[in-house]
Amino acid sequence: MLSSLIIVFREVLEAALVIGIVCAVTRGVNRRGLAVWLGIGLGIAGAAAVAVFADVVAEMAEGMGQELFNASILLTVVLMLAWHNIWMSVHGSELAGEAAKAGQSVREGIEPITVLVVLVGLAVLREGAEVVLFLYGIAASGSTAGGMALGSGIGLVIGTLVGFALYGGLIRIPMRYFFSVTAIMLMLLAAGMASQAAKYLIQGDFIPAWGYGLWDSSGLIENGSLLGQVLGTLIGYDAQPAGMQLVFYVVTLAVILSGMKLVSLRKEKKQLLTG
Amino acid sequence: MWIRVGTLLLALVAGGAMAETQEFKLVIKDHRFHPAEVVVPAGKKVLLVVENQDSTPEEFESHDLHREKIIAGNKTAKIFIGPLKPGRYSFFGEFNEDTAQGVVIAE
Repeated sequence: MLSSLIIVFREVLEAALVIGIVCAVTRGVNRRGLAVWLGIGLGIAGAAAVAVFADVVAEMAEGMGQELFNASILLTVVLMLAWHNIWMSVHGSELAGEAAKAGQSVREGIEPITVLVVLVGLAVLREGAEVVLFLYGIAASGSTAGGMALGSGIGLVIGTLVGFALYGGLIRIPMRYFFSVTAIMLMLLAAGMASQAAKYLIQGDFIPAWGYGLWDSSGLIENGSLLGQVLGTLIGYDAQPAGMQLVFYVVTLAVILSGMKLVSLRKEKKQLLTG
Repeated sequence: MWIRVGTLLLALVAGGAMAETQEFKLVIKDHRFHPAEVVVPAGKKVLLVVENQDSTPEEFESHDLHREKIIAGNKTAKIFIGPLKPGRYSFFGEFNEDTAQGVVIAE
């Protein structure tokens, strides 16, 4: 029971942390709740489909389909997070001002809600596929299924609660700092996912590692530990990163930062011309 | 001239790919790895070929080797590892961590 609790908790936790941040960032967006639940629903359905076709996926790309698949999903999420962050750097300040004045409905329709659905859906799909496969294994093994199912249920609940807790903490940040704090969090989240994508691409032998274990901070925080995993999700922490992972991480940060800078400069110019 | 350089490069690349990556076979049975200890040469990229003889899926995972790969029931997966420095690198089956434990020893 304990082992199933831990496994399900860990998979759910990662998705819950991502969703917690994304929800906080998009607070005030109209019909957000619907979008998030739709994303979760589609994500679970997708996870089940991926689990069913796991061996088909696995055999693609000369046996490296799983790596390619995971990297593609991660990089798609990175792109969406980057786009969202750059978009926010233009509209965030307006929203902060107007949201305070006119209530939060101003955000209605400003950003395509589909981005939110896809983001949440992919986060759930990636972690969910593993849970589905694991649970299938339990169901197939029969005898201890009851305890394992209970453990899985508890794991699901605790993981979800952590996501809610993160969300609750984030939305208590004063409006003045809110957009800067969440922008930084989204950026680190994206960079961490890019580094994870690099890890899969290295594993599949698609790109070189450029050195394993650039440093080793396992003595401080181990990758396998709970803290290591939470930090891994939130800021892309890795106790023994490969050189290429660091490259992906830094490039992602640089691209998002310069994108944000660029669009806000353009906006200032426009304002000077029109105002 | 450039064609010759190109041919040479191609030959080098092809030669590199053909420089046989050594394979090491592992079997998962009753949620255990057989053998539980794999000795591989240090400093070389090698291929682990893991055959899951159980009917349930397993996830080959190793923090030391930076690898995680799901292997469906009755399926075989290929996992490149290395080049490794000499040492011990533990791995486990995440879905059955109590029993599925193993170690790669690079010498």
